[in-house]
Amino acid sequence: MGVSQSDLTSAILAPDADVPAGLSDGHGKTAGKRFDVYRNNVAVSLTEALVTAFPTIYSLVGDQFFRAMAGVYLRQHPPSSPLMMFYGAEMPAFLETFEPAKGLPYLPDAARVDLALRHAYHAADTTPIAADAVQIAPEDLMASRVELAPAVQVIASAYPIHGIWSLARGGSKPPAAAQDVLISRPAFDPEIDLLPPNGAAFLTALVNNATIEEALDTSSLDPASGFGPLLGLALQRGIFTRLH
Amino acid sequence: MLDTTFSHLPNTPGVGYKPQHYSEILEAPGPVSWLEVHAENYMGDGGRPLAQLGYLAERFPISVHGVGLSIGGEGALDKDHLARLRTLCDRVKPASFSEHLAWSTHDAHFLNDLLPLPYTATTVARVADHIKEVQNHVGRRMLLENPSSYLWFDESTMSETDFLFQVATASGCGLLLDVNNVFVSATNLNMDARAYIDAFPVEKVGEIHLGGHDEDEDEHGAPLLIDSHGREVVDPVWALYDYTLAKAGPRPTLIEWDTDVPDWPTLRAEAERAAAALAAV
Repeated sequence: MGVSQSDLTSAILAPDADVPAGLSDGHGKTAGKRFDVYRNNVAVSLTEALVTAFPTIYSLVGDQFFRAMAGVYLRQHPPSSPLMMFYGAEMPAFLETFEPAKGLPYLPDAARVDLALRHAYHAADTTPIAADAVQIAPEDLMASRVELAPAVQVIASAYPIHGIWSLARGGSKPPAAAQDVLISRPAFDPEIDLLPPNGAAFLTALVNNATIEEALDTSSLDPASGFGPLLGLALQRGIFTRLH
Repeated sequence: MLDTTFSHLPNTPGVGYKPQHYSEILEAPGPVSWLEVHAENYMGDGGRPLAQLGYLAERFPISVHGVGLSIGGEGALDKDHLARLRTLCDRVKPASFSEHLAWSTHDAHFLNDLLPLPYTATTVARVADHIKEVQNHVGRRMLLENPSSYLWFDESTMSETDFLFQVATASGCGLLLDVNNVFVSATNLNMDARAYIDAFPVEKVGEIHLGGHDEDEDEHGAPLLIDSHGREVVDPVWALYDYTLAKAGPRPTLIEWDTDVPDWPTLRAEAERAAAALAAV
C-alpha cells in the first residue's frame, strides 16, 4: 500500500508534519528536504498569486505582514479551482476576523476593491450604449431601465475607500469620510471612480431593475448635483450596455 | 486575410508568451516562430488577455499548455475545467495542446504545483484513462510532459520512461520531452540523463521544452536541483538537448522562462541558441 494523495495533500499544507512514509531519494535515503520542495512550491506560488491579486492590501500592510498573512490564508483557504486569476475570493471575510489586522478595519473593503478590479479585468467584452442614447425626452429617460456591463461593481464602504486605494498608490492622506466607488472597464484597463453621496444606492437600484426615476427616489441621489455628473461618468466609463 | 490555420508546430524555436513582450514579439520576433501559453491564464470571460491571444493566434502557431488539469490525480477529472479547455481550444485553434504527468487537485483543493505520482500498473491505467477522457472532451490529441522529480516513490515498479511509453501507447497521446526536467530528475535521483533519453520513445515526441533551474542540496549533501524557469538554460542542458536532437531529429523547441521574466532580447537570445542547435542537426 503506497502513500495516498490525501496524505500528501495534508503533509504539503502542514509545514511541520512528518514527511509521509514511502518516499525516498531513490537510493534508500529519506526524502525530507526533497518533500519540502513541494511544500515550498505550493506555499510560494499561492503567496505570489495573492500578492498579484491584492496589490492594495500588499501596499498598505507591507511585504513581511502580507506574506505572513498569506501563509495563514492559503492553508485555511487553498484554491478550489485551477483559475488562479480568481484566487482569494474569501479574503474580505478572512480579514474581518484575522486578529493581527484588527487595527486596520478598512482592509476587508480594500480587498473587495482589489477583487472587483481583477474581476473587471477578466470580465466579458461588451458594447456600451452610445453617449447620445440618453438624449431622449426627460420623461422617457426617467421611465427607462438599464443593463450594466459584467465588469461593473459598486462598492459601498464605511471608510474612505477611494482615498485608501489612492494612498496605496502614493496618493495623499485619505479624508475622514465614508466613500463609495464604481469599478468599471471602459476598454481593457479597469477604472475606479469615487461616487457622489447616494450614488452607490442609485446604481444598486438600477442593477436591481429599477427605472431611473425609481432609483432616484429610493436612493435620494440629488437629481441635479448628483444625477447629472453620475450619468456623465456612467457614459464615459461605458457601464450601460442597454437602455430600454 | 491571414492564414489562421496552423495544424502543427514547426521544428523551430518558440517561447512561453509573457504579456510584457507583446509588442516586441510582433516587431522583432527573431527566430521565434510560435508561442506557448498556459491555458489557465486565458480562461477569463474577456478583456486584454483573450484579445491579445486572439491577435497573436492569427500570426503565430499557438501551443496551449495546461498546468491545472491534474491528470495524475486519484479522483475524477474536473468536468468544468475540461469544458473550459475545450472552449479555449475552439477559440484559439492551437497547433498543439499539452499537459503534465502530475496531479494538483485533491478533494477539490487545487495546490498550484505539479505534484508527483508513483509509477505502477495501476497508475498507468488511471493516467491513460484520464488522457483518453481529455482527448475526447477537447477533441484533439494531447502531448504529455515528463515531470521534474525531487523524490522517488518506493512503491514504483517501473522507470519513468517505461511509464510514459505505456501511457502513450494505451491512450494514443504524444509526448512532450522537457530536457531540463530530464536533467533535473537525473541529477536528483542520481541517474544517467543520457540513458533516460536513450530509453525515451522519441518517435512520440511532438515538442521539446528547455528552461532554467536552481541548485540546492538535500539534508544528506546530495545535489538537489529545482525546476524554477527563472533563468537561462545551463550548458549541460544545452548539451543534453544536442544529444536529444541527434537521436530524435529536429523538434519544435520551447524556451520557458516564467519567473523573474527577462527583457525580450535576453529571451530571444535563448531562442537563437535553440535555432542554432536545430540548424546543426
